Amino acid sequence: MLSRVAESIYWMSRYIERAENVARFIDVNLNLMLDLPVGSTQQWLPLVDTAGDHEEFTRRYGSDTPQDVIQFLTFDADNPNSILSCLRAARENARSVREIISSEMWEQLNKFYLIVTSAVTKPAVLADPHEFFSAVKMSSHLFVGVTEGTMTHGEGWNFIRLGRVLERADKTSRILDVKYFILLPTVAHVGTTFDDLQWAAVLRSASAFEMYRKTHGRIHPRRVVEFLLLNAEFPRAIHFCLTASRECTHAISGTPVGLFRNPAEQLLAQLCAELAYAQVDDIVESGLHEYLDGLQANMNQVSAHVAETFFDARMAPPVARKRKEINP
Amino acid sequence: MKFQSYRAGAFFDEMFGENDTPRAIAKTLVNIIQSLPDGELLRRQQSAERTLLQLGITFNVYGDSAGTEKIFPFDLLPRIVSAAEWTWIERGLKQRITALNLFINDIYHDQKIIKDKVVPEEIIRSAKSFREQCVGLTPPLGIWCHICGTDLVRHRDGQIYVLEDNLRCPSGVSYVIENRQVMKRTFPQVFEASRIRPVGEYPSRLRDMLESLASPDVETPRVVVLTPGTYNSAYFEHSFLAQQMGVELVEGRDLVVSDGFVWMRTTKGFERVDVIYRRIDDDFIDPKAFRPDSALGVAGLMEAYKAGHVALANAPGTGVADDKVVYAYVPKIVKYYLNQEIIIPNVPTYVCADPKEQEYVLEHLDELVVKAANESGGYGMLVGPHATKELRAEFATRVRANPRNYIAQPTLSLSQVPTIVDGHFEGRHVDLRPYILYGKSIFVLPGGLTRVALKKGSLVVNSSQGGGSKDTWVLSDDPDAVHESAVVAEPAVTTGAMQS
Repeated sequence: MLSRVAESIYWMSRYIERAENVARFIDVNLNLMLDLPVGSTQQWLPLVDTAGDHEEFTRRYGSDTPQDVIQFLTFDADNPNSILSCLRAARENARSVREIISSEMWEQLNKFYLIVTSAVTKPAVLADPHEFFSAVKMSSHLFVGVTEGTMTHGEGWNFIRLGRVLERADKTSRILDVKYFILLPTVAHVGTTFDDLQWAAVLRSASAFEMYRKTHGRIHPRRVVEFLLLNAEFPRAIHFCLTASRECTHAISGTPVGLFRNPAEQLLAQLCAELAYAQVDDIVESGLHEYLDGLQANMNQVSAHVAETFFDARMAPPVARKRKEINP
Repeated sequence: MKFQSYRAGAFFDEMFGENDTPRAIAKTLVNIIQSLPDGELLRRQQSAERTLLQLGITFNVYGDSAGTEKIFPFDLLPRIVSAAEWTWIERGLKQRITALNLFINDIYHDQKIIKDKVVPEEIIRSAKSFREQCVGLTPPLGIWCHICGTDLVRHRDGQIYVLEDNLRCPSGVSYVIENRQVMKRTFPQVFEASRIRPVGEYPSRLRDMLESLASPDVETPRVVVLTPGTYNSAYFEHSFLAQQMGVELVEGRDLVVSDGFVWMRTTKGFERVDVIYRRIDDDFIDPKAFRPDSALGVAGLMEAYKAGHVALANAPGTGVADDKVVYAYVPKIVKYYLNQEIIIPNVPTYVCADPKEQEYVLEHLDELVVKAANESGGYGMLVGPHATKELRAEFATRVRANPRNYIAQPTLSLSQVPTIVDGHFEGRHVDLRPYILYGKSIFVLPGGLTRVALKKGSLVVNSSQGGGSKDTWVLSDDPDAVHESAVVAEPAVTTGAMQS
């Protein structure tokens, strides 16, 4: 597969996943705000933190009303991580690899793009935001499903999956970090309905609420952290995502799992081993924030290694094998 | 929506003949449309448009920064061509591409046609698309133009003419295939009732032809499509063809020439490329051989090509036969190489480089269409009868300043096809671009792109100028009494241009 194509297909997938995550954050927060006790302050800024653009937001908007935050994260064309910008970037990337992905995938992405771009000019969207954000999430799921069902599970498919799970791991780590940081100081609320709601919201932000219930039942902060960080079976848990990333890099390079042939495979193996044997109590006691910070730095490093291994053609061009002379 | 109020008017109508009765070839379709409940056709038109939007079948418009991507407007009513007429068209196109290839090969070798004074040397020497770098070269199979899209028009008198040869990178074939898909989705019962020749085999034919160009010692040739990138107006088509052929779509930066061979950068290292279907003009394919400022091409490509290590389609230098002044000589070119009369006539053409013809052109600017010799896409063109006085004066100045760069033709009354406009049928002018592949044999795709000028009265069908498209149905056998439209007569419009 062409290096340029691999890179485009990988980013196409990352941007779609990113758009889905932003939609989920907003949707969950909208729901949560409705349940807040009257008089408590609405918490919208953490969403901006989760998307990692705090400075940009305060510089350009000044205030932080829910409308501002939603506008910034959804339709702001100048915010490179807004849903609109993600869809534009995903579609631009898809356009440049249209012959690699299936027609059905292109068609689905194109529909997705039209849902978002046509919503920009409709004020009705913010009047009934739930419907819009649900459509965004569902469009992303459909894209993943269409990809599963219509594209050969070969190299290109593995780059798509790699982009998706790396992006997802990054977003789950941010949800966990931001929410944990904000929720912990509210000691007064521990054990109250409000506390329960907040942690349920954290889970819902990662579509993890129902699956968590099935595994752990009662909501308990440490169990939530454990579920989102260390679970090997839940598809949005960081451990699951990094294991999947590892499988993808091995499928692409053809190296047997257990060995490594490039820095991406090496680092992923280390991270997976660490998450497989870590104890949540140790992590929380030595500082979850510090732990997640380190993990995020490592995941960024994985992305950098993926780029230099597969996307940058640094190798010298080959010298042709001897062939018999041909007259032009 | 019904045809009762439709009037063909003063033009040749492809669907309705005398007294506004449907032609034999169109009867099935007209009957089906007449039997549709009210509003049904409009509903299907909207559904077809929605499908195109969802499929993202778009083209880019240069110089339009707001929304560079547009849907190519599509009209549901097809242009229908009888089997008999198509047989004639196909023969004519094969004759033309055979002669043009012999011409290009001659121009880059012995130039016999110049020595025999059939084509003036001056015209070739001054042709912008003549490539010094190609002199003495013989491309694979000895063929220069492998992919050709020839523009045909029908005049009021029923005669079909060749309007233009597009020998460089003709585009539009992807719309032919996609339009057909949409038509089959929206109009299945018509396809059941009529025998319409399929167009879906084009990508396989194209791939076979391209593979046949590879050096004979390559067992499984690697074919790629070379595109200038996503900002090119025909990018959709480049990726569509690569996808349908199952080959890589590459940009210049994906390729590198090393040790005389062409390689592409992949996630697993470099892989050799044997055949390039390039959709980049000669000027830009190799900064070492042509324009040094080109960022789209591949440095050293021409050297690899000359060494026979890679095949290029179409061959560099092919454009020399695409010059609109050379076009004027095609009937003579056919006669010279094949010793045949031309089957599909040219539109009579005045060559402004000839002082007498220039004088005529300048005196009749209000009747003529003036075209720049090296422009396409409807740019650099004057439609005399529809132009302002100022624009005509401007073109007169341009023609005087650079007569070699201009030709003129009588303004044809292009034939029309009923088209859905604001909920009813109106006649709109059309042309037809069939596609020809030339490898070990010549293949003419039974169909082609019917472009339609959507503006009332307009004769400019180019997509960049507000044109749309229609599906083109070539019938596999004709209903009785169809021969009315298969005109094989002498051209009705004549001019002194070619007899001089």
